[in-house]
Amino acid sequence: MFEPIRLIGEAALRKIARLGQASLFISQVIASLPMLLRRFSLVVTQLYEVGVLSIAIIVISALAVGMVLGLQMFYTLRDFGSEQILGQVVALSLVRELGPVLAGLLFAGRAGSALTAEIGLMKATEQLSSMEMMAVDPIKRVVAPRFLAGVLSMPLLAAMFSSVGIIGGYLVGVGLLGVDSGAFWSLMQANVDFYDDILNGIIKSFVFGIIITWIAVFEGYDAKPTAEGVSRATMRTVVHSAFAVLAFDFILTALMFGGN
Amino acid sequence: MSSDIILTIKDLQFKYGERVIADGMDVQIQRGKITTIMGPSGTGKTTLLRMIGGQVRPHAGSISYEGKSIPDLGKNELLQARKSMGLLFQASALFTGLSVFDNVAFPLREHTKLSEQMLSHLVLSKLEAVGLRGAAQLMPAELSGGMARRVALARAFALDPRLMMYDEPFVGQDPITMGVITRLIKLLNDSLGMTSIIVSHDVHEAMTISDYVYMISEGKVIASGTPDELRESDSPWAQQFLRAEPDGPVSFQYPAKDYQSDLFASVE
Ligand SMILES: Nc1ncnc2c1ncn2[C@@H]1O[C@H](COP(=O)(O)OP(=O)(O)O)[C@@H](O)[C@H]1O
Ligand SMILES: [Mg+2]
Repeated sequence: MFEPIRLIGEAALRKIARLGQASLFISQVIASLPMLLRRFSLVVTQLYEVGVLSIAIIVISALAVGMVLGLQMFYTLRDFGSEQILGQVVALSLVRELGPVLAGLLFAGRAGSALTAEIGLMKATEQLSSMEMMAVDPIKRVVAPRFLAGVLSMPLLAAMFSSVGIIGGYLVGVGLLGVDSGAFWSLMQANVDFYDDILNGIIKSFVFGIIITWIAVFEGYDAKPTAEGVSRATMRTVVHSAFAVLAFDFILTALMFGGN
Repeated sequence: MSSDIILTIKDLQFKYGERVIADGMDVQIQRGKITTIMGPSGTGKTTLLRMIGGQVRPHAGSISYEGKSIPDLGKNELLQARKSMGLLFQASALFTGLSVFDNVAFPLREHTKLSEQMLSHLVLSKLEAVGLRGAAQLMPAELSGGMARRVALARAFALDPRLMMYDEPFVGQDPITMGVITRLIKLLNDSLGMTSIIVSHDVHEAMTISDYVYMISEGKVIASGTPDELRESDSPWAQQFLRAEPDGPVSFQYPAKDYQSDLFASVE
């Protein structure tokens, strides 16, 4: 009778212990960030791998999302005769929510999974171990530059998502459906606030970047050093990042926009 | 044994769960000599090398390297000690993202401030020593297993370590590569004055180049001596190893319950 309760307790304890390990791990990573200033080329390489290589999927998805958003909003707004505010509606949805969240989910799928698989494979093939034996700390040399690159890339990718999404909305709304171009831009400019909307969106994307990259590098470093272990770790990175992004989005939205 | 001992392992104890890796192991490594530690696979030879390198902490006993107790070193002292050790991993463990040249240059770039020209000289001379100068620009994925092992060897001695450790250097190599590696180990040891520890279950190759041999089983040293002493010894363990007999004092079976009771357990 107590067995189910015991099992729940055991699972909970295991999760908490893992969270503890992940926290210790990330504090080691953060402690080695200052040393990267002297070897910034390590970070630049990773900015390319993590950030630049994610641009294609971000831009294509953003364009599609922006176009659909423009289309759907247009039909709803037209019923109320207020299709001129299309620009404002599209921009606010993207900057506040869709930009950071969708960019986060895509980033987890594209860059997060790649980071986990790469670090996990380096572990499974003893590359990390041999680095340690060469008196080089893999956390400093391998993990820290990747973490920093992820944290720096994510806000830029989210900003790119929002911008391209707005262009998508413009193409459909103004180009296809005949919304007035002047109204589209000027109402957007008048009603999107820098602090309330844009800055909060940037903060969100920054937080998501930290969480996703943290999960990705930890799962890779902690993976069981086998083919199966690496594939499971990669799967966990994507699933956990997605849940974490959605959960933190709710919390941050409540904190940021709740007062309005 | 002479007094110039580089590494002393005393009463070492280590277990992975129930699996005994070391159970009162005593080993001494003489400076400048080639010592082979021999044992069937799965006895914990790789784990022993990891304990010497400070990657795995023993549960009890001492490992003293050049007068320093490895398990008690702090993080920075351990890094210092590792700079004077080289370990050739069984799996070669080359960095897949770096070319052969950059793999060998890696420890030099991390630990020295050499100019690119000096660096290039050094790396090419290391690659020349293992006969792969021509492969400098290849990527690890383009190498055969034997070539990868030799590149890993060049990388392991890039910093001119005082102690080189080889984990199963002969396993899975064709006879030619095997001969090349055997000669290289000997050459490095003698010309650069290194100390070498070879961990192997390959009796023949190991006996030809070793100055001293330890045979281990179930976490203990069961026989030791120079190759000649072991050949002439009447220890049943030594004889089983040397003649490669499948069963003897060292069981070929992974420790298990009595076979009959296992069989009947499934019937009942
Ligand atoms: N990280 C580990 N966790 C649990 N058991 C391990 C681990 N590494 C090795 N073992 C076990 O320890 C034993 C000895 O391993 P190893 O040192 O690789 O032996 P050898 O190199 O002599 O073949 C094996 O039975 C292996 O399954
Ligand atoms: Mg082994």
